[in-house]
Amino acid sequence: MMEALDILTTASLWAAVLRIATPLIFGVLGALICERAGVLNLGIEGIMTMGAMVGWLTVYWGGDLWAGLAMAVLAGMAMGWLHAMLTVPLGLSQHVSGLGITLLASALAYYLYRLWVQVGDLPPTIEPFQPWPIPGLSAIPFLGDVVFTQTPPTYVALILVGLVAWMLARTPMGLALRMTGENPHAVEAQGLNPVRIRIWAVMVGSGIMALGGAFLTTAAFNSFFPGMVQGRGWICIALVVFASWRPGKALLGALLFALFDAFQLRLQTVVEGVPYQLFLMAPYVLSIVALILVARRARVPEALMQPYRRGER
Amino acid sequence: MSGGAVLELEGITKRFGALVANDDVTLSLKKGEVLALLGENGAGKTTLMNILFGHYAADAGEVRVEGRPLPPGKPRAAIAAGVGMVHQHFTLAGNLTVLENIVIGSEPLWKVGSDRDGAARKLMQLSATFGLPVDPEARVGDLSVGERQRVEILKALYRDARILILDEPTAVLARPEAEQLFRILRGMAQGGLSIIFISHKLHEVMGASDRVVVLRGGRVVAERATAETNPAELAELMVGRAVARPKREAHAAGAPVVVAKGLSASAGGGMALDAVDFEVRTGEILGIVGVSGNGQAMLGRVLSGLARLDAGTITFDGRDIARITPRAAVRMGIGRVPEDRHAEGVVGDLAVWENAVLERVRDFSRWGFVRRRAAEAHAAGLIARFDIRGAGPATRTRLLSGGNMQKLILGRNLAAGPRFLLANQPTRGLDEGAIAAVHQELLMARSEGAAILLISEDLEEAVGLSDRLQAISKGRLSEPIAAEEVDARRLGLMMAGVWETRDAV
Amino acid sequence: MRFERREDVSLPALILAPLIAVLAALVLCAGLIAMAGVSPWLAYGEMLRGAFGSRLAVTETFTRASPLILTGLAAAVAFRARLWNIGGEGQFYMGALAAAALGHSALAGWPLPLAWAALAAAGMAAGAVLLLVPAVLRLRFGVDEVVTTLLLNFIVLLIVGLMVEGVLKDPMAFGWPQSVPVAAGLRLPDLVPRSRLHVGIVLAVVVVLLVWLVQARTVFGAETRAAGLNPRAAAFAGVPITATLVKVALLSGGLAGLAGAIEVLGPVGYVTTTMSPGFGYAGIVVAMLAALHPLGVVAASVFVATVFVGADAMSRATGVPSFIADVIMAVALLAMLVALLFTTWRVRR
Repeated sequence: MMEALDILTTASLWAAVLRIATPLIFGVLGALICERAGVLNLGIEGIMTMGAMVGWLTVYWGGDLWAGLAMAVLAGMAMGWLHAMLTVPLGLSQHVSGLGITLLASALAYYLYRLWVQVGDLPPTIEPFQPWPIPGLSAIPFLGDVVFTQTPPTYVALILVGLVAWMLARTPMGLALRMTGENPHAVEAQGLNPVRIRIWAVMVGSGIMALGGAFLTTAAFNSFFPGMVQGRGWICIALVVFASWRPGKALLGALLFALFDAFQLRLQTVVEGVPYQLFLMAPYVLSIVALILVARRARVPEALMQPYRRGER
Repeated sequence: MSGGAVLELEGITKRFGALVANDDVTLSLKKGEVLALLGENGAGKTTLMNILFGHYAADAGEVRVEGRPLPPGKPRAAIAAGVGMVHQHFTLAGNLTVLENIVIGSEPLWKVGSDRDGAARKLMQLSATFGLPVDPEARVGDLSVGERQRVEILKALYRDARILILDEPTAVLARPEAEQLFRILRGMAQGGLSIIFISHKLHEVMGASDRVVVLRGGRVVAERATAETNPAELAELMVGRAVARPKREAHAAGAPVVVAKGLSASAGGGMALDAVDFEVRTGEILGIVGVSGNGQAMLGRVLSGLARLDAGTITFDGRDIARITPRAAVRMGIGRVPEDRHAEGVVGDLAVWENAVLERVRDFSRWGFVRRRAAEAHAAGLIARFDIRGAGPATRTRLLSGGNMQKLILGRNLAAGPRFLLANQPTRGLDEGAIAAVHQELLMARSEGAAILLISEDLEEAVGLSDRLQAISKGRLSEPIAAEEVDARRLGLMMAGVWETRDAV
Repeated sequence: MRFERREDVSLPALILAPLIAVLAALVLCAGLIAMAGVSPWLAYGEMLRGAFGSRLAVTETFTRASPLILTGLAAAVAFRARLWNIGGEGQFYMGALAAAALGHSALAGWPLPLAWAALAAAGMAAGAVLLLVPAVLRLRFGVDEVVTTLLLNFIVLLIVGLMVEGVLKDPMAFGWPQSVPVAAGLRLPDLVPRSRLHVGIVLAVVVVLLVWLVQARTVFGAETRAAGLNPRAAAFAGVPITATLVKVALLSGGLAGLAGAIEVLGPVGYVTTTMSPGFGYAGIVVAMLAALHPLGVVAASVFVATVFVGADAMSRATGVPSFIADVIMAVALLAMLVALLFTTWRVRR
């Protein structure tokens, strides 16, 4: 037991927490932007897979790591555009369309990967992002090791949380986005176009989700393989609810999750006789528990999953 | 161009499929004028205003503001030209603040940051000028209906509207609130604003407008200066034919059928019920009148078996029905006409015969299998007996008109000869012909001995049909008064929550 | 552009919609195949040959179709009542586990039909219970069942791993993670000799007919339809919404569980963590292509099985990655959504 508690005080655990949280932060922010505009994006799992593949492939083909992230964003936005077209102007079921996007994006990612990359016994690798200690700040004891000695995409994720929170709360764009998720008719009555706002929100949100996938292949690992997203997208969808659609709480949720994950990874090496599957189950079970805990209290955007058609109520 | 017209609509035509909603409509509005657009439900008033505001594009015709044509289908252009619209169903977001609801759309989307303080200052200034007090930081979801309407009006003023359109502005207001609204509008008009309000209430039109345009079947049928017309003339112009609502004939009521004592229920979001008492007797109609949103919905839900009571008892022929389920209610002979026929009355995508037997499908089945032929025969019977037009048993129910859909719902309840009938807003949104038919059926059921509880926001209907009336306000119910003792003033006060209680000395 | 509701959905349009969707998918994916340097004509020809070119190919295709019929039916039944059961994959594995656990030795000495009935019931019960959890969570707490059923798929796969490496581990499998086998006497008989095609497909079709009968003719069917189309109106009319949804959940989960049980009793014989090539997820595609109609499910399952079996053969012959099958499925699903839209709405201007 003491050993378990000792783990909690090591800087390496907390550094790992931030690392594990990074793809979740991207994913949950992306999902949050879509949902705040009133569109549930279950394409997330596939979009993350697509982002992982495209980001990795760009680097494998000789691109810069940052170019990899940029291409991942573009690929994510393309998938998001498709989801937006189907659900916003056409008003199709957001559930089914999102699942379709997930099936399509992952299938396409695997297909293109197999088509363009020769896979031997082991998947080919790239040189991933290295930890980049921020001069000065990384010297702070403990905190320096935990927060300021991460790979660059993690810094991007953290900055993005603040940016999205500020955008939603303090800019006309953010207000229009929130209003679109609450009552698109009100947006239209004020002379703005809710259809266009939703389409852009879904595209931008999807681009950010794709970054979460790209982090996996360009920073956390150095190769791409099928099934690597492992339900992180679905966990993000649960996290958005857990976070009551707020960016700050979303960051907190992602960190809490990552803490459990990092903790169980270390616990596996300490505690013997417990099958590893039980540890692996923890994040999924936790997601469900989190959903149950907040479900009744959540203030859902009122127009979430409501298709908007002009002049119809 | 006529002199002094700030707004002109010329030759506006709009079709929805086979329906012509607006047919070559031409009208104009002068500066500082209050124009009433009068018409029945379905006359095309709202469509016309939606075209003016750019929600719809007209199939033909032109809208001109101060002589300049508005591009069709662009609310943004209408707002920029100084047109503001207060929608009947408020276009507000309940989870956002008053200020947020008002400033949205007023700043360029790509602006970095937002001038909250400046916006709040401008809002408070408008609020003071026009006598429309609001709290900018309040959550709209926490406001009363009257306060929300104020926010809607301020929203238009904030965008510097010079022409204000109000769609059925008093539908949700009590008489005193409505009177205050019209006083404020009058003041605005004197200050130079031009106002169009849509209504189907004659006394409002007579009291508050300078000029009336009457719309019927999508066409302008008449235009009158308010001072030169009278309610009788307007009524005839509006309806177009002499449709007389059936008259209630006095007859003595019998023994109490439904007795409710001390009903209290808490609603999630809506208005709750607070110690409500009433009794309905055989062969009488008890009318519950009130302004929308004062607990009628909850009362309807409780009596339909859809909501649970916190306290109180209801008996039906002496049996306890406080915890009744919808299915048990049907079986006991309680008929229920729901408030919203599309949302609760019928399943639009099912056939007429399926909706006709949905409540009692087990009576039309054997060993778990639906006896379709018997059910269709039953539906055909209802269609014939209740004069449901434009439908056979196999028609998809959503293709029925509102009136025929209501006749189907009424029919499936009345066919079973209910001892008690709950009729919740039975004629909302219907035209005069359908209203007369529904009233006829209700009165017939009454003379056959049914006890009927009529919940209505239409005063004329409630007074015309009911033997006794009770007003509902903030979830409380007044003492009953006999229909013969009713006068408009007393009823208005009762609906605003002012009545003498028996206990008060 | 705006949409206007059509007065009625015509039957030809409903039948045409999936055909157009499938055609659109094949045309769009032809581009992807061409990217691999292979003529799409050749590739699609190889696919057809791989699926129907020989007696063995045909039996393989129908062997693949039979679990799809049941998982597709499971999704269709649930979606009709607006219960978004995306957990077919997990329910399939639960059914498979139940059949293997019970079928190994516990039923020794039971008369054969009774043993089969018990195994089918066990599989159905296991699948049903798994869906009951998300259904109850939605009804009691308002938790979206899409996310919970998806997450349960991952949990179940780990449970399967736990079982086949633990209590159900087959000691005779040379360390391979697979479950104990079903007793040889309990395996379902072959339909075609010297093939993997077994009577499971007949069973699946019978179940389809039963479900169709229930949906079209019974009180339960009528009430589920009403509850799916307009829950408020159905509740007002006295349809017990909660009970109806629970029953639908039990049926849907049960069907997916049955698919797993039959797969174990039929062609496979034991459980592994890779025994389903995504039967649960493909079931969603099947259900949508079938426009949620039970009879359509059979046709859609055969199509999906054709694509998967054919794509494997085509991949071996031409080198086009077999993932093309998944792409075709996904595009067909999305195209079907759009096609269905145009059966109920028409575009104006």
